[in-house]
Amino acid sequence: MASTLASATRRVLGSRRRGTRDTTRPSDNPADAALVDDLIEAVGADRVRADTAARYLASRDASIYRDGNAGPVCYPGSTSDVVACIKVASRHGRAVSPRGAGTGLAGGAAPLGQPVVLSMTRMDKLLELDLDNGVAWVQPGMVNLDLTRALAPYGVHYAPDPSSQAACTIGGNVANNSGGPHCLAYGVTSAHVLAVEVVLSDASVVTLGDLTAEPVGYDLRGAFVGSEGMCGIATAVAVRLTPNPSAVQTMLLSFGDVSDAAATVSAIIAAGIVPAAIEMLDQRCVVAVEDFAQAGYPRDAAAVLLVEVDGATGGVAIASEKVAAIAWSHQAMNVHTAADEAERARLWKGRKSAFGAVANVMPDYYLHDTVVPRTRLVEVLERIYEIVERYDLMVLNVFHAGDGNLHPILAYDSRVPGTEERVHAAGREIIEMSLDMGGALSGEHGIGVEKRDHMARMFSEVDLEQQNRLRASFDPYCRMNPGKVMPSAHSCSDIAALRASDASGVWG
Amino acid sequence: MKDFDEALRAFAAEVGSDGAVCVRGGATRWSLGGEPAPSTREVQAPAGVVEFEPAEMTVRVRAGTPVAELHEKLAAAGQRTALPERAGSTVGGALMAGESSIARLGLGPVRDALLQARYVCADGRLASAGAGTVKNVSGFDLCRLLVGSLGTLGLVGEVLVRTVPVGESERWVRVRNADPAEARSCFTAASVLWDGNDVWALLSGYEVDVDDDLGRLEGLGACEEVAGPPELPAHRWSCSPAEAAAFASSNGAAGPFVAEIGVGVVHASEPQLPGPVAPGVAELNRRFKERFDPDGRLNPGRDPLRKP
Repeated sequence: MASTLASATRRVLGSRRRGTRDTTRPSDNPADAALVDDLIEAVGADRVRADTAARYLASRDASIYRDGNAGPVCYPGSTSDVVACIKVASRHGRAVSPRGAGTGLAGGAAPLGQPVVLSMTRMDKLLELDLDNGVAWVQPGMVNLDLTRALAPYGVHYAPDPSSQAACTIGGNVANNSGGPHCLAYGVTSAHVLAVEVVLSDASVVTLGDLTAEPVGYDLRGAFVGSEGMCGIATAVAVRLTPNPSAVQTMLLSFGDVSDAAATVSAIIAAGIVPAAIEMLDQRCVVAVEDFAQAGYPRDAAAVLLVEVDGATGGVAIASEKVAAIAWSHQAMNVHTAADEAERARLWKGRKSAFGAVANVMPDYYLHDTVVPRTRLVEVLERIYEIVERYDLMVLNVFHAGDGNLHPILAYDSRVPGTEERVHAAGREIIEMSLDMGGALSGEHGIGVEKRDHMARMFSEVDLEQQNRLRASFDPYCRMNPGKVMPSAHSCSDIAALRASDASGVWG
Repeated sequence: MKDFDEALRAFAAEVGSDGAVCVRGGATRWSLGGEPAPSTREVQAPAGVVEFEPAEMTVRVRAGTPVAELHEKLAAAGQRTALPERAGSTVGGALMAGESSIARLGLGPVRDALLQARYVCADGRLASAGAGTVKNVSGFDLCRLLVGSLGTLGLVGEVLVRTVPVGESERWVRVRNADPAEARSCFTAASVLWDGNDVWALLSGYEVDVDDDLGRLEGLGACEEVAGPPELPAHRWSCSPAEAAAFASSNGAAGPFVAEIGVGVVHASEPQLPGPVAPGVAELNRRFKERFDPDGRLNPGRDPLRKP
């Protein structure tokens, strides 16, 4: 009944809007007026915004990329709303870019060429909890931490825990195949997504993957996860529930020398121990965190390791003893085990607030994300310090040491002329050095716009063409989030899509 | 190109750029998804472990290497992979079949094991997918697409596979007339099998934890240590974990069975009837095949949609 009323109201609003030009919700892009009218007709006035403020907010993510340019912004409330928006966009020759919380750090959610932006944040429900199959169906706009909180009474959790977990959405996690500290033992998003309901660029709805052990056909689910919104829009996600471990121990190891800390990481892995997490913070980061969050990290340490082991009680005790012994044999200054849950939470708070803490040090920062073989951490950190010193910059290192996933933070003041150029030049060298060490461009942030033009440094022409085939199989016309990931030579259809959107959407 | 060694280049040359080819590994799953079309030229992937760095917990290995040989090499460092060992099966074959080990609860599914693949494309050129690290989100995830693809999108020559530590203690036990859900809740359970009456469990981990779990299993019923899993019926069903746990009551026609609890694979005496495939999914499968192998020259006759 309610929905019938709503849709009746919607129709009335829609027809009235077409008769009288938009006065209640002015669009400052007259060329988009017909598109906006059609979107409102399709999903209702309360689900479409085309004003400057809404578009400005939808034009950026948490990266330093500033050239995003959103067209009208829609806030779908259901899969059928998403279908309807894609149909309208397609009729107007416009691309579509999906968006979660906008916490991405690679420009993946920064819309290019004024596409219709679908902000998925209103689709934020837990749809179904299926404990017999160890699965929860959730909508893409659900916030990562809200999911874990909702699961708490059942003794299970959702394992991937990006630093932005208090804000980032499950849909955004799927788009970026996001990681987090606990992915060392539990695996990244891809390992926790069993099925995804997706709306493709032709507005058809398909479910990729299913709850069976080994779904038939190609692993389209796996191909979709991490595709940065370029293969379709996820409208429901089946995530795997991980039983909470019965025992957890969190340890803080401090070192007088960064190399000893890095060598300890390799030694722990080599000993056959797979902790739930091994995080590393260097001295500058420790100090910033202490000033900001008072987590109890020793300010005089050159580096600290936050190591968490979990599992059954006996094994956890043995593993933490082994970790402590390895640390001592690598000249640790101190080995401290959290005494209780409160202290454990405080130690983690320090790690998770590291990026906020940087704001107290410098007004701007550029957070990088590369991966290197974890046996080469010592060497790689020395190189990072050397590069940063050469460019006269400041670096804070806080990263997932256990899987070699670096996050050097270049902190700077953009008001000082020439600084941004040096930041970019140093960043480029860090990326190239990581690749030369046998590493990867990104461990969990994705490629987006930021690293698009570095792809050819990591992959050959043939490799990129193969990746493009994957994307084109989902979206032959490159209408979904165009202009991302693939370097320009491989995005011919993207260029066409961007041009088409410019032609119909010029605004002054 | 510097990443492709001589063995890979020789493999690419053998595959060439035209004419139908099929790859023979150990041929242990030769008819999975259909028999290769008759008179298709057979090729074999190169063999040998290229590089094993225990502290990295990854191994670079050529696709034609027998899984047993790989695991023997890894065992010296207390490691193994998630790939199942069948007599004669190869690394490439195991990845292309995509079927998980019976110890999937402990080792994880095969689909998460592949980190990097160097493979021959349909046009005969060599391509590389993924990265040489344990974590990577650089571009589209071709590795996930290749696992389980039965060699119909590209012919894998060399791979980087994640390794996992072998438990300090590993023991198979059989518990008569027990509730499999109870066994599943043991922390060290790397495999829980159930034939409708008895439970077989592989406990793997620290000795102290395995001993604890052994104690719990002894509380469930008559418990004895055994050499390994029971004889598995010939056919492999793919079910949800809930369907597998209710298998006895719902599938009387399947005959004797062994269900993998918590996973969903069921080994049954009769083959699983193919379920319906949604038209949208079938269409996407067709588009992938067409984009990656427009002339249909890679492993013709085989189709992952027709598994098992």
